[in-house]
Amino acid sequence: MERDDVIEYSLDAGHSEEEGKKIRKKILFVTLLLTVITVFEVTLGVFWRNWMPESWHWVKWTFIVLTLVKATYIVMTFMHLGDERRNIRSVILMPYALFIMYLLFIAIWESNYVNRMLELFQ
Amino acid sequence: MSGDASKALSNDVLWGGGRSPFSVSYGKMMMWFFLVSDALTFGGLLTAYGFARHSLAPGMTWPVGEEVFRALPWLHGSYPLMYVALMTFILIISSVTMVLAVEAGHRMDKKGVIKWLFLTVIGGAFFVGSQAWEWSHFIHGSHARVTLADGRTAFLEHNPHHGEEIDPAHFAMVIGDSYVGATETVHGEEALKLYNGATAVVSGANMTENEYGPPEYANFFFFITGFHGFHVFSGVVINLIVLMMVVRGVFHRRGHYEMVEKAGLYWHFVDLVWVFVFTFFYLV
Repeated sequence: MERDDVIEYSLDAGHSEEEGKKIRKKILFVTLLLTVITVFEVTLGVFWRNWMPESWHWVKWTFIVLTLVKATYIVMTFMHLGDERRNIRSVILMPYALFIMYLLFIAIWESNYVNRMLELFQ
Repeated sequence: MSGDASKALSNDVLWGGGRSPFSVSYGKMMMWFFLVSDALTFGGLLTAYGFARHSLAPGMTWPVGEEVFRALPWLHGSYPLMYVALMTFILIISSVTMVLAVEAGHRMDKKGVIKWLFLTVIGGAFFVGSQAWEWSHFIHGSHARVTLADGRTAFLEHNPHHGEEIDPAHFAMVIGDSYVGATETVHGEEALKLYNGATAVVSGANMTENEYGPPEYANFFFFITGFHGFHVFSGVVINLIVLMMVVRGVFHRRGHYEMVEKAGLYWHFVDLVWVFVFTFFYLV
């Protein structure tokens, strides 16, 4: 049996040669960006600790921010979520973000508590 | 690629029934839902890793990525993080070839899809192979951790883990909490005496002990990179099957290459997870 609902949206995703050129340009830009960020991260990781060990804490936060930047580009451009309707974008991202932020908060909070108790009663 | 998704529609039409309010096909939406649940699994694993790291018992230190991962195949010497940076680069590039395959599919360019999808499969296979080498090196070990009779920790300059004879003239070890951070070096007979009187020698890694740090470290390394590696392996198999279907012209007859896009979503997701594993396992 032919599934007409599947065919409809799938057929709509096509684009012309000129649009393709523009999209390929964007892909090239994101590729260069991801490569530059990765090279920068590795350079920081290898050299920074020896240069200025006291500022390592800030380097860690730089890593986390840069990772989120990379993740945003991968999801929005490579996975085309930026081209979808806003409602499906929200359905996918919002529940995940809320849940994982809560999980991280509670896990890091509790683990620091466990660490303090181990220190106290060792 | 936008197509129907970029059409401006009033909410009455969008949510009025008879169409998908998301303007995506059933298959693509289900792939997204699967990826959300898989992302929760990886999120849970990395959170557990964070829990273990933050709650570590006092007196123990968590190993630093650039001190543990500093070897390259066929080369001697120290190249901190170079190998894993190369692996990351391979995975990013194979993600790019995948998105180019999807783009070619949107233009109904069968030859383009075959070319880019083939390169994606090659990149994925390279990544899985690299991970196998990394695991084998991690399990095999490099400097071995020696617990001396007086409770101090030492690391060997040349680990005799291939069963070679120890030459006292060239035997040396460094004393300190980590190989890189060690300050004192002992040579020759003196080192050998300390080595023979040691209470424990740990070389490489297994599920109960490892030379790098607490046992949890190796356990999380095996589980998280192993689980990710299994995802990459599945991705390579899925891409290979889709590639064969493209070559046989299945999607061209169907009139659209959405299957390449769906396999692509999974493949990009694998790259996305690696970005986080790379940060939290090797960098932070």
